[in-house]
Amino acid sequence: MAEFLIETIGLPTWFAWTAVAGLSAFLILNVIAGGALVFIWAERKIAARIQDRLGPTRTGGRFGWLQSLADGIKLLAKEDLMPDGADALLFRLAPYVSFCASFCAFIALPFAFDTVGQRLNVGVFFVVAVLGLEVFGVILAGYASASKWSLFGAMREAAQVVSYEVPLGMCVVVPVMLAGSMDLVTIGEKQAGWAVNWFIFHDPFTFVIFWVYCTCAIASVNRAPFDLAEAESELVAGFHTEYSGLRWSFFFMAEYGSMFLVSALAAILFLGGWNGPVPVSELLGFSDGVAATAPFALRFIGCMNLFLKATAGVLLMMWIRWTLPRLRIDQVMTTCLKYCTPIAAAMFLGVMLWQLFLPGGLVPGSFRAAAGVREGWLEQSYRKESAEDESLSLKKLSRHISEVSR
Amino acid sequence: MVQTLDEDQRIIEFDVRTDEMLVNMGPQHPSTHGVLRLVLRTDGEIVSELEPHIGYLHRCAEKIGENLTARQWIPYTDRMDYLAAMNMNLGWSLAVEKLLRYQVSEKARHLRVLIVELNRIASHLVGMGAYGLDLGTFSPFLYAFREREKILDLYEEVCGARLTYSYITVGGMTADLPPGWLQRCEAFLDQFEPIIQEYHTLLTTNAIFVKRTATIGVLSPEMAIDYGCTGPVLRGSGVDIDLRRDGESIYTAMYDGYAFEVAVMKNGHYPRDHKYPAVPKDAVLGDCWHRFFVRMLEVVQSMDLVRQSIDRYSQCKGALGEPLKLAEKLPAGDTYLETECPKGQMGFYLVTDGTPIPWRVRARSSSFSNLAVSPELCRGCLIADVPAVVGSLDVVMGEIDR
Repeated sequence: MAEFLIETIGLPTWFAWTAVAGLSAFLILNVIAGGALVFIWAERKIAARIQDRLGPTRTGGRFGWLQSLADGIKLLAKEDLMPDGADALLFRLAPYVSFCASFCAFIALPFAFDTVGQRLNVGVFFVVAVLGLEVFGVILAGYASASKWSLFGAMREAAQVVSYEVPLGMCVVVPVMLAGSMDLVTIGEKQAGWAVNWFIFHDPFTFVIFWVYCTCAIASVNRAPFDLAEAESELVAGFHTEYSGLRWSFFFMAEYGSMFLVSALAAILFLGGWNGPVPVSELLGFSDGVAATAPFALRFIGCMNLFLKATAGVLLMMWIRWTLPRLRIDQVMTTCLKYCTPIAAAMFLGVMLWQLFLPGGLVPGSFRAAAGVREGWLEQSYRKESAEDESLSLKKLSRHISEVSR
Repeated sequence: MVQTLDEDQRIIEFDVRTDEMLVNMGPQHPSTHGVLRLVLRTDGEIVSELEPHIGYLHRCAEKIGENLTARQWIPYTDRMDYLAAMNMNLGWSLAVEKLLRYQVSEKARHLRVLIVELNRIASHLVGMGAYGLDLGTFSPFLYAFREREKILDLYEEVCGARLTYSYITVGGMTADLPPGWLQRCEAFLDQFEPIIQEYHTLLTTNAIFVKRTATIGVLSPEMAIDYGCTGPVLRGSGVDIDLRRDGESIYTAMYDGYAFEVAVMKNGHYPRDHKYPAVPKDAVLGDCWHRFFVRMLEVVQSMDLVRQSIDRYSQCKGALGEPLKLAEKLPAGDTYLETECPKGQMGFYLVTDGTPIPWRVRARSSSFSNLAVSPELCRGCLIADVPAVVGSLDVVMGEIDR
């Protein structure tokens, strides 16, 4: 797109890049924030259905579509309170740290094979690391609030999230090992084809480690039964006890953003990402050639696939939240250190040995055939892009587009 | 040797400087069941000391009772254990009737059993649901309230009120049942019976629930008796006392001819436990899980009693009988009567001087004694266990503060 602006419209290079970056940021921010609003509404409706009640029914029509928006307006109108003893700077800073960490991670998250804010060759690492920053916001909030309950919440959050990063990292490493790349786009592409190509079905160890990942992901985004940092029956509201209005809503948005992020990550790492269970586009021959020239519909379907899978993950989290009681802090730590970490380590070893001795699966070459269709199509296109003649062909292409649009 | 150890400790303390923290849990806290204030002395997550502070809901009900006639005070008993107001009404009515040596009609007796046991179900449903809330699960609470609503609907038909009924009164009831009520009540029981399994799935046998409640807050039978704990708290510790069977004759006469087994663990198993989930192997007699389970069993027991009383009530011929006059003269003397309420043994004491207005009125609250044991149970537990323990005692502040 930047090339299009520079070469066809003739904008200065710096301006074109800035404009494109701004547009990408705007899109990601709004899609995710809008998504968070939808998820908040969905959570209310789902919780209501689970609990045998109706949930919002009036705001914005029959199903209460606009409830989240109405809540947002209410939060905007609320008085902005800060406790007397609070550390003003940190208290104000904390929600933004959480919010930024949660939303920044989306930069490297691909929604389809080339629909990604910024393709990073260390994408997995980036996402997990940036997501880990969210805990800083919570700790800051707990520390700066000058409330004992907030402090308890922050201490719990620090202990919990830092512990759960270990098994989470181990779980994330497994697909990285299978794909031979830390690039999320590559990892997703390696799972193209039938559903059996998804890494969750790669071998028994990956199947187990997927569930370990689910547990750790729920724990690292502080959802029930691991929502100790905001345990309302123990710590009033935990780290956000003293927050109100828009600042509080930033924590809320960050939480829902993170939920979506870890679900999308699970989808990309284990559930085939943007590839559907049946490779319709491959069978119909749409994905011959290279990714750059693939029809727009393919990207759209890819996005929908990923959204569907990630949403399913979020719904699973909601279901769990409204069913299970909360664990105690020592039980949370036990779950992490005594169960998740050893299981993840053992599974990691198992996958490694499997790769070593049975690289083609139990019956060699049985279910890898479909993946061959798109093997390398993305790499090919990227390689071409880097070549000199590619820019020329792109120029031709863009000129062609502008002519058509005229 | 001892000397050097002391010095070492001081050095360590000087270096690290950890402090204990005093935390106020309540009176405005989501899990303190009203306006209870718990002062916790914590070392990190560990509670070294807990002190309950009460009195935030004190309304001088006992003093007011010394200025009203016995029947006029009935609405004030409603506000004591407001989750089981019928039981409060009954306790006071029976105490006054004991003083008057008055016996209600057979029909009124069965109706009282029906109403009171139905209220026990409602109270235990709240206790169960709120306990789920204390442990961080929201849905069972609403499931419990869904069923409780139906009981409240039934009560609304009977007396027009949903929370503070003033239905049972000195000498009988304020009104008879409306037509068709018994059928609706039976329909509710039929519908409710299979649902109990849901609660067992969501709470009683839930792995996390068992982890959170088993071996937490173990109350030994001796300590329970020493502190005067009563009701499910006492029975959860394996002490076989239920005033409906062991109480004074005027109270046990009400349950004459009713078949029920006290929900207490005897010889290592609960009555009828073949129908209900087995006791998890982690659970120790007297812990939070057992207190919770006793309540669940009592719900079933009360349903059984309600069914029996419906049969007996509908077979009774004759009139229900009118309650006593609003300003019935009370003979000079004093009397004390304890009844088995859902939360425990609620006692009413009154001294009279021959006028319709008692000279002295006192109430003995079960929640008060049950709460008094919480510092013992919470010593050395984690902060998350405090709601689990206090919730398992199922206290109602209206009854403690009166």
